[in-house]
Amino acid sequence: MLVAGVDVGSTQTKAIILNENGETVARGMVNTGANVVKAAEKAFQLARQSAKLDEWDVAYIVGTGYGRYKVPFGDTQITEISCHARGAAYLFPNTRTILDIGGQDTKGIRTNEKGEVVDFCMNDKCAAGTGRFLAAAAEVMGISLDDLGDVALRANPEQDGVLRITNVCTVFVETEIMNHLSKGRKAEQILAGVHQSIAARSVSLLRRVGLNPEITFTGGVSRNKGMVAALQEKMGMQINVGPDSQFIGAIGAALFALERAKARHEGEPTAKELQT
Amino acid sequence: MSESKFKYQGVGREYQKKLLTAWNDRLQSAESDGRKVAYLFVPGNVAEFLRVFDFELVFPEVNALQCGVRKISGDYILKAEDVGYSPDVCGYVKNDIGMMLAGNVGPSGHKIPKPDLLLCTYCGCTTFIKWFEALAHYYDVPLVLLDIPYLRGSVIEETDRQYIVQQLKELIPLCEKMTGNKYNHDKLVEITKHAAEAEDLWVQILHSAKRKPSPFDSYFEAVFFMAPIYILRGLPECTDYYREAMKEIQERIEHGVGPIPEEKFRVVVEGPPPWPHFRSFWELLKRWGVCAVASSYSKVGGFWDHGFRHDPTRPLESIADYCLTCYTNQNLAMRTDLLKTYAEEYDADAILIHSVKSCRSFSVGQADMREQFLRKWDLPTLLVESDLADPRYFQIAQLRNRIDAFFESLEHKRLVHA
Repeated sequence: MLVAGVDVGSTQTKAIILNENGETVARGMVNTGANVVKAAEKAFQLARQSAKLDEWDVAYIVGTGYGRYKVPFGDTQITEISCHARGAAYLFPNTRTILDIGGQDTKGIRTNEKGEVVDFCMNDKCAAGTGRFLAAAAEVMGISLDDLGDVALRANPEQDGVLRITNVCTVFVETEIMNHLSKGRKAEQILAGVHQSIAARSVSLLRRVGLNPEITFTGGVSRNKGMVAALQEKMGMQINVGPDSQFIGAIGAALFALERAKARHEGEPTAKELQT
Repeated sequence: MSESKFKYQGVGREYQKKLLTAWNDRLQSAESDGRKVAYLFVPGNVAEFLRVFDFELVFPEVNALQCGVRKISGDYILKAEDVGYSPDVCGYVKNDIGMMLAGNVGPSGHKIPKPDLLLCTYCGCTTFIKWFEALAHYYDVPLVLLDIPYLRGSVIEETDRQYIVQQLKELIPLCEKMTGNKYNHDKLVEITKHAAEAEDLWVQILHSAKRKPSPFDSYFEAVFFMAPIYILRGLPECTDYYREAMKEIQERIEHGVGPIPEEKFRVVVEGPPPWPHFRSFWELLKRWGVCAVASSYSKVGGFWDHGFRHDPTRPLESIADYCLTCYTNQNLAMRTDLLKTYAEEYDADAILIHSVKSCRSFSVGQADMREQFLRKWDLPTLLVESDLADPRYFQIAQLRNRIDAFFESLEHKRLVHA
């Protein structure tokens, strides 16, 4: 039996297909863009194609993320908060705190030993401290988003000093960066400051739910090594991050799908079977 | 066709609507009939005292919330911002200023009479003073400030009580001069008697939510049912209203029904509703079978459910006690304890805080409340934020996400533990 989780985020849409042992069979990812339905379909299609699967091979699909209600082929919807908790506990069983930094959202989630959500906090009304903040910095500096973390890691604070990015606004940070550039500050020094600024905001959000180890870092920004380093420095501890960290929401959704597919009464036809 | 077993459903809201229309009609003719108009705030108001002099009463917050419900507050808020009010100023204030600048036609289409007296009962909200100072400037009418000391503990200090009684006594000559009506103690006794009767009935309705399922939503329905106790308290029709409304609740109890088809979660709610999106907010919670069994907002004007009543044997003193004990006049620790007590008394599953962006004086501390509920008492608590009047702050996708995640996790825990 195969199941899937489709996580429609504000920036990227991720799909994961698991087998009945909970092992990843396939994954797919596309930019969400303006057409959420299309993004969900495309990510799921990419995952299926990579494993040469037909749509009907997948017994149960859970949609998650902001666009979860726009996953037309989904059997049910579960918030990304529950899915991140579930996925993080699966990949890193000792997880007690999750930091999820996505395109427009930063979430702190406290979980118990069963991977259940105990408490959560999110950024409100402001995208500072999210992936969007990094994207704004990348744009103004003419550096690709994927290279941002690596450039920041090249900073040498002992030689050049520490640069504090004081702005808390995603829009105005661009002006601040331009100001630093005009003063001849190095790109790596500025970007180290940007990463530290986001790390400080994230840690303060995490403190609202409790900063209990182990901490697992998820979401698109978790791919950024500079961010991982800045967070570890700020927290003074190691954080869990893995190659599938960006897919944790989709993995969690797929795990819920697996649980529900198994619970489904034997012999009862699926919605898809009824259609065919 | 068989006769419905329900005779009184909808009475609470229909009768309320009728009474508020009659009140609006009275306001319309106040000026031409020579009756004087006092503006006052809902929390800890001294309506009984003013009724002795036959003042007609206008409550700017009630106008503002009704504008919110009718989705016209946004335009009024922009109008106030046009003349210089900051985006951070209370949404109610800006709604009121904007409405006044647009000709002071109320949300129901009635023209709201100008005030002859602005009576600000200072019960915990500092903005109240600035709000009425602005109105005093625009209307050029007297502003009287009743200074109510913050409630510092569960026992009322006699000096605090007497301080307020003295202020009321000092107010008598001004009211007499303004209205031409003499202060009449017997009349005040009669008015407080009516108030106490209505309060008794209202408390019975509030307490009915202790049942399972709760026959009454103490937040989303209470906002309709509480209007008479704040606007018409002290008048016989207010007592009549609660007698009728009680029949609706009684009928629900008899048939074991409540405001939602199936009660799954019982919550205690803190904070005023997002009026411009009242229905959407309710729907987000109804989807999860959430019933508000207690709320602080239904006590925002006065706090009766733990025993206080207006007292005809000591009317002025009981008015003072009323001002002192209203929810907004309680300190943060008392508010936090009260919500926790409600969670126990009403056997609630969780606490929901709706924090108001433009109300710093009341929303401050709610994050600490949340911490305390979670850490100290292990009470699941959700804090969401929008605004009571400004529609721009209501982000439905974000709110839905938080509400869904919260009840999803409660449901999951329930299933696992079962």
